[in-house]
Amino acid sequence: MRAKEKVGIKSYAGYVPRYRITPKEIGKVWGKDGETMGRGLRINSKSVPSPDEDVVTISTQAATWALERSKLDGEDIGAIYVGSESHPYAVKPTATIVGASIGATPLMTAADFEFACKAGTAGFQTCMGLVSSGMMKNGMAIGADTSQGAPGDALEYSAAAGGAAYIIGTDDLLAEINYTCSYTTDTPDFWRREGKKYPSHGGRFTGKPAYFKHITECTRNIMKESSTTPEDYDYAVFHQPNGKFPVKIAGKLGFEKEQIEPGLLVPRIGNTYSGAVPLGLASTLDQSDPGDRILVTAYGSGAGCDSFDITVTDSIEEIKNDDIPSIQEVISDEEFITYSIYAKYRNKIEGGR
Amino acid sequence: MRDVAVIGIGETRIGELWDKSLRELGIEAGLKALQDAGVSGDEVDMLYVGNMSAGELINQEHIAPMIADYAGLDDIPAVRIESGGASGGMALAEGYMAVASGIDDIVVVGGAEKMTDVDDTVAKNILSSTADQEWEVVCGATFDSLHAMIARYHMNKYRTTKEQLAEVIVKNHSNASKNPNAQYPREIPKKLVVNAPMVSDPLGMFDCAPLSDGGAAVVLCAADLVDSYEGKPVKIAGVGHGADHIAVHDRREIGTMKATRIAAEKAYDNAGIKPENIDFAEVHDNYSISEIMAIEDLGFFDKGEGGPATEKGKTALNSEISVNTSGGLKAKGQPVGAVGINQAVEAVIQLRGGAGDRQVEDAQYGMTHNVGGTGASAVVHIFERWSE
Repeated sequence: MRAKEKVGIKSYAGYVPRYRITPKEIGKVWGKDGETMGRGLRINSKSVPSPDEDVVTISTQAATWALERSKLDGEDIGAIYVGSESHPYAVKPTATIVGASIGATPLMTAADFEFACKAGTAGFQTCMGLVSSGMMKNGMAIGADTSQGAPGDALEYSAAAGGAAYIIGTDDLLAEINYTCSYTTDTPDFWRREGKKYPSHGGRFTGKPAYFKHITECTRNIMKESSTTPEDYDYAVFHQPNGKFPVKIAGKLGFEKEQIEPGLLVPRIGNTYSGAVPLGLASTLDQSDPGDRILVTAYGSGAGCDSFDITVTDSIEEIKNDDIPSIQEVISDEEFITYSIYAKYRNKIEGGR
Repeated sequence: MRDVAVIGIGETRIGELWDKSLRELGIEAGLKALQDAGVSGDEVDMLYVGNMSAGELINQEHIAPMIADYAGLDDIPAVRIESGGASGGMALAEGYMAVASGIDDIVVVGGAEKMTDVDDTVAKNILSSTADQEWEVVCGATFDSLHAMIARYHMNKYRTTKEQLAEVIVKNHSNASKNPNAQYPREIPKKLVVNAPMVSDPLGMFDCAPLSDGGAAVVLCAADLVDSYEGKPVKIAGVGHGADHIAVHDRREIGTMKATRIAAEKAYDNAGIKPENIDFAEVHDNYSISEIMAIEDLGFFDKGEGGPATEKGKTALNSEISVNTSGGLKAKGQPVGAVGINQAVEAVIQLRGGAGDRQVEDAQYGMTHNVGGTGASAVVHIFERWSE
């Protein structure tokens, strides 16, 4: 898919909670060799939100920084879409709270999106349509999660928190989105039923027929549409549920390790679900130069992918030394906690207050 | 009783076959076997299907008529045989008897299992259901831990070592690397096996066979009719069943598998040969310790010598006796109710001389050994190269 008009990223910023827990610490509680599991997943630590943090606060922090970086006012934002699978409310949008917090309300449209880990990039595409059609000048798309794994489940070693916000528009672009495409099937690899606290998953079924198949197909499709090969890209960002999958898929598709390195945050912060690709792209943009080309493929269980072919513009130089913290700066602020503190922060202690 | 030959074989690749259902696995294997035999559907008298737990694994019982139906053989009588992990081998024995007795001329024996539609914990519980639910499993024992107890006993009594157990796995992976249908067709270093995460002490992750999807089938034919068909025959020279208490704690001795010994004795007697005549054997290596015990109980090595013999390479391809040339349950894969048929397919491939890089030289006799539960049932078949 290609928009009729030039469209792209006007601003972006990301936020990740500062608390960290190691796989070793988690494994200690469950009688598992967490260190070995962490090595297998290539996760050294995962981020943990404090008791006062949720998708609203993470989104608001990212949105505030993105707006500040753009020099736009809140009222210039015509739409806010927040993609997450851990919206604090089942009914009552996260996006309205974010909108009010950044001064975008009331003359705007807002909604929450859900498509497992790719709800954030679904927001990118919606905003692209709205701005390139001329219906509005600027839209904001956010991907954020405070994902949970059931205590003792394999997911607990990776499920983390974080998010990033993007302002999508047609002028003053930091990066142009040349193409986007999606690949969608009905594949039940990972789900959470209404009212359930923790998600369920199909174990190894989440790999080959889910993550790998969809990313391969979607990425090959966008390279076909844009007539590109892996060598045409300076960087690539793939969804990162652990440190192993994105490295493997990159190799399979013909990308070098160096191309995915800047966007590979999962070894340090874990799997931030809807936040994972938006944060990975933000970290890549932080380190890119004018003219760099970036390939992005987000994956969401259930299942589908969104791919983007992006070219960085000269304007990227203007934000390099601004006051907004880079993703590397954000994730460098870390404090390691024990499982007991983690259990308290994540509301896993029954009767706790 | 008349002689019986296998005139056709077929099998699917083994592995996590996400895009194939149980019926598709059964049909693929069955059609390949019929094609290989040069037998048409209307010539088949009977279908037996070895399957352990379709009811629990995919919520489908009555699978033999279902597979026959979807294969376009809806007017052929079909029945499922269940004996835990020995379901495939027991189905083969039933098919053999049907032909040997003169009741049927052409019988198809298939085996199929679809294990990856449930998560690993559920599948492991289903495997444990072949032990004694009321006296073992309800007390907390699992299939893994029961085999771990057997392994500890064997290690204590015969000084079998963890390193020797690992040699079984390294060898079977090496054999599987030469088998295109294997789930894990790659060599692995011993270090990886020894240092793998613990499942149930002393058995680590690599000491245990995987959960697999797969199907296999053979076409049996009365020996005096083989000339009417194109399929290259291999004779079934002997069959033996054995049995024991279902619960490990009821057995007099757990360092030996009584069911295996009885089944082997009967099969040797039936075929009129001795263990030293066997050139290769597909044994039930659902755990590393199981292969060590099997090669002792089948009479290839003295009791307690299984570990040292494996360590010295006596069970490697084209050594003293080639054991699990296919890669075995560990590396070729464990579609549990189909295992006995997968083993038969390997025996026929070897005795036809078509095993390629894993061919056992001048193979005259091959054995298959299939065990149910922790050893409450076992069945042994001896296959012989066809002589005109």
